Amino acid sequence: MEHFDVVIVGAGMSGLAAGVRIAHFGKRVLILEKHTLWGGLNSFYKKGGHHFDVGLHAVTNWLRPGYKGPRLPLQRIYRQLRIKPDEFELEPQTRSSVVFDDARLVFANDIDALTEEVRRVFPSQVDGFVRLSERCLHYPEANEATPFVSARKMLTEYLSEPLLIEMLLCPLFFYGSAAEDDVDFEQFIILFNSIYREGFCRPRRGVKQILDVLVKRYEELGGEMRRKCAVESIEVEGGRVKALHTAKGTVTADVVLSSAGLVETQALRSDVEAPEVDKAGRLAFTETLWVLDQDPKKLGFDDCVTFFNEGPKFAWRRPDVPVDLRSGVICVPSNYDHEEPLERHLLRATHLADHRYWMALAEDREKYDAEKKVWTERSIETIGRYGAPFAEHIRYTDGFTPRTVKHFTSHVHGAVYGSPHKQKTGRTDVDNLFLMGTDQGFVGIVGAMLSGVAMANAHVLAGGA
Amino acid sequence: MTNNEVRQLILDIIHDIAPDEDLSDVKPDVRLRDQLDLDSMDFLDIVMELRKRHQIEVPEEDYMELSTLDGCVNYLSPKFAEKAGAEQRA
Repeated sequence: MEHFDVVIVGAGMSGLAAGVRIAHFGKRVLILEKHTLWGGLNSFYKKGGHHFDVGLHAVTNWLRPGYKGPRLPLQRIYRQLRIKPDEFELEPQTRSSVVFDDARLVFANDIDALTEEVRRVFPSQVDGFVRLSERCLHYPEANEATPFVSARKMLTEYLSEPLLIEMLLCPLFFYGSAAEDDVDFEQFIILFNSIYREGFCRPRRGVKQILDVLVKRYEELGGEMRRKCAVESIEVEGGRVKALHTAKGTVTADVVLSSAGLVETQALRSDVEAPEVDKAGRLAFTETLWVLDQDPKKLGFDDCVTFFNEGPKFAWRRPDVPVDLRSGVICVPSNYDHEEPLERHLLRATHLADHRYWMALAEDREKYDAEKKVWTERSIETIGRYGAPFAEHIRYTDGFTPRTVKHFTSHVHGAVYGSPHKQKTGRTDVDNLFLMGTDQGFVGIVGAMLSGVAMANAHVLAGGA
Repeated sequence: MTNNEVRQLILDIIHDIAPDEDLSDVKPDVRLRDQLDLDSMDFLDIVMELRKRHQIEVPEEDYMELSTLDGCVNYLSPKFAEKAGAEQRA
């Protein structure tokens, strides 16, 4: 039986980052990936002759060249993984918006400009916003367990205009809350800084650029990866992982880091009879990608990302309809400040979806396809209101539902952001089995990489063994 | 190993951890973190690189010894000498 110092479950952003960090310090490490391609929630694929990123709207935590100041998450990643700042080829956004009916807040990677925007739209709120922004200046220690503090409740200590609170929360929820309708205040601070203070950027060549850097580094360091090699069971005996049984044989390891998710990892364990399915996330999405025959900007889509909601109150919860068209996210990659303009005109839109509806359809392929088509048509109509009708410009359409997410990520309910019950320390009740990635507490590309680094440090490299 | 060699090997490690830092004029008697943008995680990495590259162990209670370049030289030179001696005897 082959033995490794560390086995990592999942070749997503957290798994790859942890792998690089661990391999760098000379340990024998193996990454097991269920699918042909790596990347997990942030993978890539080719369909209809087009290359697509699975989930990339924006990379958060933009690091301005020449930045001096408190250590930022991307700097941390660069240093810990020995990656040079230009290797990911990140380029900043031009602008994004939050739109609630007639109210619009425009933001870019400049917190002072956002303050001015708040002054313009909500003049009475600007002092409170500045106080809030100062309160968020420092990142909390992210891998320590702390009790849940409601961000909604905290925000009322700074802001008295409910619409502004909803508008500020909307992008934060969409890009990082696994919990419904609220978020822990520490997580709020992380998201506030990631999205509003540091802001959005994008790798010129899409997510594959980041993945290529990580995989190349991992392999150069002697790390091993087995693809199409799903973990079938994690054998636990006497409170320790004894072996991992995979599609391609059995391996053993001193330490196992799993990015499969809290409930999903339990489901793999030989000693757990009933995984805590009630702890799985319920927030799922549909997403559609349209290749257009012209620049979305010419059609009136000026933002890199538009977060929209109908009505003054934003519902961040599982909808009771198949797709909640009242809110959504529209992303236009070509609006980023890319040195060379992207040759392809892509528009993507995301809405909350009811995973129960889409999972139930899984048995009936024909109905599933038909329903997907119906809801895509409706989405086209909705999205058109935030730029211009674009149906006649569509040259190719692809999209996913919670069912697709479940298939590719194994996340229960196809919940992209995983469980709302974050395991901040990464510990489980098995001595040498740790969680990282989405369910450890960080989301997004940067968050996932940081999670991998933090868990590798805490559970593999600390103590110097 | 000469003092200069020890100094250089520390600078090499810092360069690999923080390639964006200018190391051309590091003052030997000033705390590294006062003249470079290094934090505690970076210092931990210096210790880990010493172990990885040179099999030198620095216990946690001695981390303070590495706060300046001079401190690194004073603390690490005997360790390198000891290691060289052990290798010769082996």
